[in-house]
Amino acid sequence: MTDLTDLGVAAIREGVAKGEFTAVEVAGAFNAAVAAAQPALNAFITLTPEKALEAAAAVDADRAGGKALGKMAGVPIGMKDLFATTGTTTTAASNILGNFVPPYESTVSQKLWDAGAGMLGKLNLDQFAMGSSNETSAFGNVISPWRREGSDAQLAPGGSSGGSSAAVSARIAPAATGTDTGGSIRQPAAFTGISGIKPTYGRCSRWGIVAFASSLDQAGPMARDVRDCAIMLEAMAGFDPKDSTSLDMPVPEWEANLNADLRGKKVGIPREYRMDGMDADVARVWDEGIAWLKDAGAEIVDINLAHTKYALPAYYIIAPAEASSNLARYDGVRYGLRDLPQGAGLQDMYAATRAAGFGAEVKRRIMIGTYVLSAGFYDAYYTQAQKVRTLISRDFMDAFQTVDVILAPTAPTAAFGLGEMVSDPLAMYLNDVFAVPASLAGLPAMSVPAGLDRQGLPLGLQLIGRPFDEQGVLDAGLAIESRAGFTARPAKWW
Amino acid sequence: MAGGNPAGPSFKRKNAMSVDTATVARIASLARIKVTEEEIAAMVPELNGILAWVEQLGEVNVEGIAPMTAVIPNKQRLREDIVNADPLTGGDVQDKVLSNAPAGEHGFFGVPKVIE
Repeated sequence: MTDLTDLGVAAIREGVAKGEFTAVEVAGAFNAAVAAAQPALNAFITLTPEKALEAAAAVDADRAGGKALGKMAGVPIGMKDLFATTGTTTTAASNILGNFVPPYESTVSQKLWDAGAGMLGKLNLDQFAMGSSNETSAFGNVISPWRREGSDAQLAPGGSSGGSSAAVSARIAPAATGTDTGGSIRQPAAFTGISGIKPTYGRCSRWGIVAFASSLDQAGPMARDVRDCAIMLEAMAGFDPKDSTSLDMPVPEWEANLNADLRGKKVGIPREYRMDGMDADVARVWDEGIAWLKDAGAEIVDINLAHTKYALPAYYIIAPAEASSNLARYDGVRYGLRDLPQGAGLQDMYAATRAAGFGAEVKRRIMIGTYVLSAGFYDAYYTQAQKVRTLISRDFMDAFQTVDVILAPTAPTAAFGLGEMVSDPLAMYLNDVFAVPASLAGLPAMSVPAGLDRQGLPLGLQLIGRPFDEQGVLDAGLAIESRAGFTARPAKWW
Repeated sequence: MAGGNPAGPSFKRKNAMSVDTATVARIASLARIKVTEEEIAAMVPELNGILAWVEQLGEVNVEGIAPMTAVIPNKQRLREDIVNADPLTGGDVQDKVLSNAPAGEHGFFGVPKVIE
């Protein structure tokens, strides 16, 4: 029998439906792989093997009973620990939520369970999804399964969805949920040689996802290939009256409509993304991507996204501003940690609780957000940043008058080593330079693995599409995937 | 609050805005985060580095540009004005609401004394 952990979403679903193996066998195989890898990779915060088995048994029973099976039937997945799960601790990788057991289920996770998926566990992440290396988690670093050739130095799996990227690339989960505020699905996908898509803002309900920056946060799938992402995104997306920003639109059949033939399509290449001193391997893979899309029939068009260099500074005003407001709810009163020093009053309790519960990066962002929103500074920082955001969005809309999809690198470098960036917050922020513009404009964007750098580490290419055109993004991603022939995977050392 | 202070700092100013230890202490107090003097000292250069970097937004001509309010156009929806329209977010869930409270007492959230 094939090793079940070598299978992705589509293959598992098909094998279960045909009776080649049972969903319980699949869940058992992945549960064992998770347990074996956990001490080395630390990809999970909470393991829930019983949940995976329970969902699998239900799918097997449905199949035996001749019932119709869901889009994700029999597929055990990892759930980023930012999604509230009924009865299972949901921490956002922070001590302030260390013991939080939600009495409700997030809309996206509920949709996945309804589609027949099961939960292997809650995946580690950067604390409150703030970080690009998974080093801000209160539950320890996630270690990437990837290593540089001839080195055993520990590498970052990217962030904030670093547990998700590590688990999928290590083949201990066929797929995982991620969330993307400024690149948190795409950058970790690129760092670990997997695929991930952030849909149009509003496609996936934010209800029950621990909030970071509400005008930017979007959930999306992370999986081994484009088809698996399409399948899982269909299961996750859809209108939710409980999220006021949810899109009231039908969910397209992205999987059934996948089409890598790009004849008649125009692909934009933004010249502003070709920055001085660009990594030679990143530039090479980008050029290869251009050639692959040409080969798929697309016409290549140079475009301008004039305000690109201002996207990152605008993001680092807007996201912390929203975070400082969202995270005001953690006050030690209604849920989460309480630190009540002897004789302390209410205000002292708030300050002590938040000092004890939040990590350094979370505090840093709350402080920046508080400052830029404070009286006298609001217009100079926040209003200015939101005006720049309008210009960034307008650049994209102008480009989409001409082109159908945009091709760019996902990240400026391959994975860096753990500890290499932590001392310089700004250098860490700069790693999201190519990912943030699409976030600010709310556009669907995907990373697909495209090649290896000179040290044998994966590099990703990013496709950015028009609002609501996930199909165009997935199709161009598939055209790259089918030509890149990316089969590299990390050698198993854990 | 969205009050612009016309006399306040602007990106057009030549000198970069920067924070000192007193300002960082005030921000921490506004953010309700207890910080030690050592933590404040460490945060001053970090925050100044980030603030100096975002200062480049001042170069952008935003004449006549409206600030972004909704990234993807959407319409405001109101739920029906019915008690418990959604059982998940409606009433009769006192036990669930209090289930994670650090000090849930007699059906309330317990807090230390507010009036000194």
